[in-house]
Amino acid sequence: MSQSEAVANGSPTAAGMTGFVQDWKSDKQTYQVPWGKAMMWIFLVSDTFIFSCFLVGYMTVRISTADPWPLATEVFALSFFGSDPIPLILIAIMTFVLITSSGTMALAVNFGYRRDKRKTVMFMLFTAALGATFVGMQAYEWSKLIGYGVRPWSNPWGAEQFGSVFYMITGFHGLHVSAGVIYLLIIARKVARGDYDKKGYEIVEITGLYWHFVDLVWVFIFAFFYLL
Amino acid sequence: MASEAGQQHPLGIYYKIWILLFVLSLFSYMVDYMDVQGFWRWTLVLIFMALKAGFILAIFMHVKWERMALVMTILGPPIVLLLLIFFMAVEGNYTESARVQYLGHDANQAPAHVEH
Repeated sequence: MSQSEAVANGSPTAAGMTGFVQDWKSDKQTYQVPWGKAMMWIFLVSDTFIFSCFLVGYMTVRISTADPWPLATEVFALSFFGSDPIPLILIAIMTFVLITSSGTMALAVNFGYRRDKRKTVMFMLFTAALGATFVGMQAYEWSKLIGYGVRPWSNPWGAEQFGSVFYMITGFHGLHVSAGVIYLLIIARKVARGDYDKKGYEIVEITGLYWHFVDLVWVFIFAFFYLL
Repeated sequence: MASEAGQQHPLGIYYKIWILLFVLSLFSYMVDYMDVQGFWRWTLVLIFMALKAGFILAIFMHVKWERMALVMTILGPPIVLLLLIFFMAVEGNYTESARVQYLGHDANQAPAHVEH
């Protein structure tokens, strides 16, 4: 019997708030999910607070400085083959790469529950490849900004805090993506080896939760740092 | 519903949400590309952001199908962040006004343009 079956057998059936009360009221296991999934969610909630600290810190320095904030749309513009610079294009491409990777991850989770091992591994590897592409583009973006003379303490265009906020937030996010790529590769290898054939494929969903979270954080960074 | 098989749903919903996320990202990029400014920039960007975040959480991360006990654990604690945002916005505004009033900073300068 897999872990989720064991959980499901003793689980209360009411949904919504009644279910909420049922799950919490008695002296028993509260979360009707495999422990790994509950722990991943608790980790992600704590990670939410870390990223929120960065974003709120960014908001505070941006509000409190009287210096003009550099124009992200111009800073992250890119020209191709001598064209006029297209505003924010690199970031837009990075966003699409990350969303694509989220889609392939969702498919990997789905094929995992269908016990289609070959497709699960394939989509996980595809997701990892897209994640690595994202990190590569971010490295390019960093090197471009370093070339412009953007430093954590100064930049040629306006408020000095721009550089520290940029390197801190995108750096921490990039670190999460890199860790996610490694995590995906490890789990994909274990799935391919057949480690989960008996235990069930919840691990793919747990890995997926982490990956979607990285995409979720990017949604906020994209909006607050690059667009607003 | 979460059953013995875990979170298993038809593939179609993932494709639909995937396309929707693409469209919403394209819309937010168009806000910048078309150079929408002021009230509408903030409104549109924040709406598209909230929709994207909502769909990723609800569908891709399966929160829509989880039991309320887990949903509350995920969505409850981050609500206090609204308080932090509020306090820090007040604090930031005060700091800026102090810099303008007492240190003679000029809050109305334009940023330098970027030379590519």
